[in-house]
Amino acid sequence: MVTKLKETDAVVIGMGWTGSILSRELTKAGLNVVGLERGSMRTPREDFTIPQIRDELKYGNRHELFQDTAMETVSLRHTTRDTALPLRRLGSFLPGNNVGGAGSHWNGATWRRLEADYMVRSHYTQKYGAKVIPADMTVQDFGVTYADMEPYYDKFERLCGISGQAGNLRGQKIDGGNPFEGPRSNHYPNKPLARGLSSVLFDDAAKKLGYHPFPQPSANASEAYTNFEGATMGQCVYCGFCERYGCESNAKASPNVNILPVLMPDPRFELRTNAYVKKLNYDRRVKKVTSVTYIDTRTGEEYEQPAGIIILAAYVFNNTLLMLYSGIGTPYDPVTGRGTVGKNYCYQYTGSGVTVFFDDKETNPFMAAGAFGTIMDDFNSDNFDHSGLGFIGGGHISAGLSNGRPIETRQVPPGTPRWGKDWKAATAKYYRRWFTVAGTACNYAYRDNYLDLDPTYKDAIGRPLLRMTFNWKENDYKIGAFLSQKSAEIARAMNPTIMTPPRFRTGDYDSRPYQSTHNTGGTIMGTDPKTSVVNKYLQAWDASNLFIMGASTFPQNQSYNPTGPLGASAYWSANKIVTDYIKNPGPLMHA
Amino acid sequence: MADEKIPRRDFLKGAGAGAAGAALATAAALPQATQAVAAPAPAAAAEPEVWLTLTPTEVEFIKAAADTIIPADELTPSGTDCGLAVFIDRQLGGGFGNGARLYRQGPFLPAKAELGYQLALTPREFFRAGITAANAWCVKTYGKEFDRLTPAQREEAFKAMDSGKADFNGGFTSAFFFDNLLQICMEGFFADPMYGGNKDKVAWKMIGFPGLPASYRDEIKTYFNKKYDKGPLSIADFS
Repeated sequence: MVTKLKETDAVVIGMGWTGSILSRELTKAGLNVVGLERGSMRTPREDFTIPQIRDELKYGNRHELFQDTAMETVSLRHTTRDTALPLRRLGSFLPGNNVGGAGSHWNGATWRRLEADYMVRSHYTQKYGAKVIPADMTVQDFGVTYADMEPYYDKFERLCGISGQAGNLRGQKIDGGNPFEGPRSNHYPNKPLARGLSSVLFDDAAKKLGYHPFPQPSANASEAYTNFEGATMGQCVYCGFCERYGCESNAKASPNVNILPVLMPDPRFELRTNAYVKKLNYDRRVKKVTSVTYIDTRTGEEYEQPAGIIILAAYVFNNTLLMLYSGIGTPYDPVTGRGTVGKNYCYQYTGSGVTVFFDDKETNPFMAAGAFGTIMDDFNSDNFDHSGLGFIGGGHISAGLSNGRPIETRQVPPGTPRWGKDWKAATAKYYRRWFTVAGTACNYAYRDNYLDLDPTYKDAIGRPLLRMTFNWKENDYKIGAFLSQKSAEIARAMNPTIMTPPRFRTGDYDSRPYQSTHNTGGTIMGTDPKTSVVNKYLQAWDASNLFIMGASTFPQNQSYNPTGPLGASAYWSANKIVTDYIKNPGPLMHA
Repeated sequence: MADEKIPRRDFLKGAGAGAAGAALATAAALPQATQAVAAPAPAAAAEPEVWLTLTPTEVEFIKAAADTIIPADELTPSGTDCGLAVFIDRQLGGGFGNGARLYRQGPFLPAKAELGYQLALTPREFFRAGITAANAWCVKTYGKEFDRLTPAQREEAFKAMDSGKADFNGGFTSAFFFDNLLQICMEGFFADPMYGGNKDKVAWKMIGFPGLPASYRDEIKTYFNKKYDKGPLSIADFS
């Protein structure tokens, strides 16, 4: 028995960053909005408090704040010839759950995509010729430009009180910032965070070699801050408990701190937690989603919530799963290359670099923030000449550690045993005397890296798991070899006591070690319904009242963390809905 | 013997006679957390040993394993004296040990390592099978179970398992078992002492991790490239 509820103006699925932003913008425009969140409420005052939040075992190892894989997970295979198996535990990535989503337990690295990153296919084709893009690489342009998005980046940065140093203010280059960034209309709202030893050593070494290091733009507030919503943030205390944890100082921007305090009291907004969305009900004739079916996990009862506008703002995996399971759009077929839903799944290629150890220094790794350190973009995107390199794209190189939590974050010099007396001695000596210098790279789309429905494994409510077919490609390995050498060159200039050999990921994609929660694609954006699921306003081509938010709309992944770009695109889409769509519902772009 | 200890302990704590696993874990955690503040000296030897889930054979194996992975030296007491066996028993007896957050629908198929854990076994069942296999290998190789080996033999046996050279004769590989054993030992050694390991914060003292409250707004500058020698404080210290 499904209970049909009274229609509302808009329903928002998922209460992370993008769901919170859309709920706020639509209620401000006068719409009644129902927010559906599969998890439970999380407030900083109740849930992110000292001393309990400093529990590494509970949050770091036992995954307190993440998606429960006993309920739902994804399956993985490396090629279309393999049988996919379920990821029975989280490892490589950590999707969020509960109100705030991954936005409550992220590190806080907040970027703007580079100008060329919006036009990967056209940019490289124009500059190096069409042949530079491998035949099976399915990169696309976003259909929007950096200039289109700039005001919305600015807004998201002001929402979050981002700490950073501008490098390009309205075309004027500023020393100490990122000289490769696109022109920005404003400075960052907050000055950069304090610097640890690793940042200073990296900064000096990189400058000596002629590179352009700058402080990591960060949602960890360097000063107390009040945003345009009237929500207040505290000052970061460098506790080293960011990613996987909530912030007890309210110093890390999150939906819970930066939006929900003003959204929750709004009578136009109704939040329903424990509301596990099962399906979007699609009317193929009129190309609209009429309602959303969800399960109240407190009772097992099913409800159907009709709405005029549907905002799909779950994580990458659930956005794609709900589209496939609900039969909206055409599933992507890697053999013919036709269809779009599930196309261009991408990830991020991390960890190309070295570890350095210093006998005569104290790095104090436990004094840190999540997005903390010094970065350089000299080998990112097309900021350098790719002629003859055999790959396109690149990555940013950074130094430092975001934490010194001892179960997770320890290293000993090469050749040290993993246990016993010698391991103890080396750990005692080097726990406070090491850091990494490493590149994080883009990951570009390929014809046979994609998402579809698993034929065998099911989630707890009987739906197929989302199946991921994914592996690294030559382009990734070549970037890895390149960035690890560049990282080693900078690290050597710091004169460490011990340095590991340069390393980068080789072999098949490994789902076990944590790499990043920067999964992208599956419902990608563009200007042609044959090659994208949503148009440039994030409106579904096949359902004009459905808008899809987040990194599932990225045609391929840049090297940067996705939160800045997806926050900006949420504001961009919200603006279009509020200024045009509400007055004149229907397709915003010609198919 | 263990049967005598449990009711007596319950009586002392005024807990119900049911002694359900979770209740026992809480009762056992409380005196220890208090003790961490009151008595900085390691290990109160008079504490009765109670076990939620480990069998007597498993207790001996885990203690010997903990003492081999964390041998007593000038840096810390032995793994057992740091509380690792207590930690592992509580973890395997609780939610984690019984498969919380573990997707457990079949089919369960052999898989390459990159696809992660693919067994039907919960961590509790995994360690039961692994300890049985490790002891069987030790009996075959040395004529004795692991805990009866000399320290040098134990080290040799663990090197053989760590490298996968020990043949567990079917079932999972010795290296896979050892990876999991090492991980849970490291969790116990470095986790907050309220879970039973890292007794008296010995591991944090060993490396110089200050624990709580971890507020370094000024220290990030004043301790730049300087050794930070305050603490450590645990959750119990701060409660």
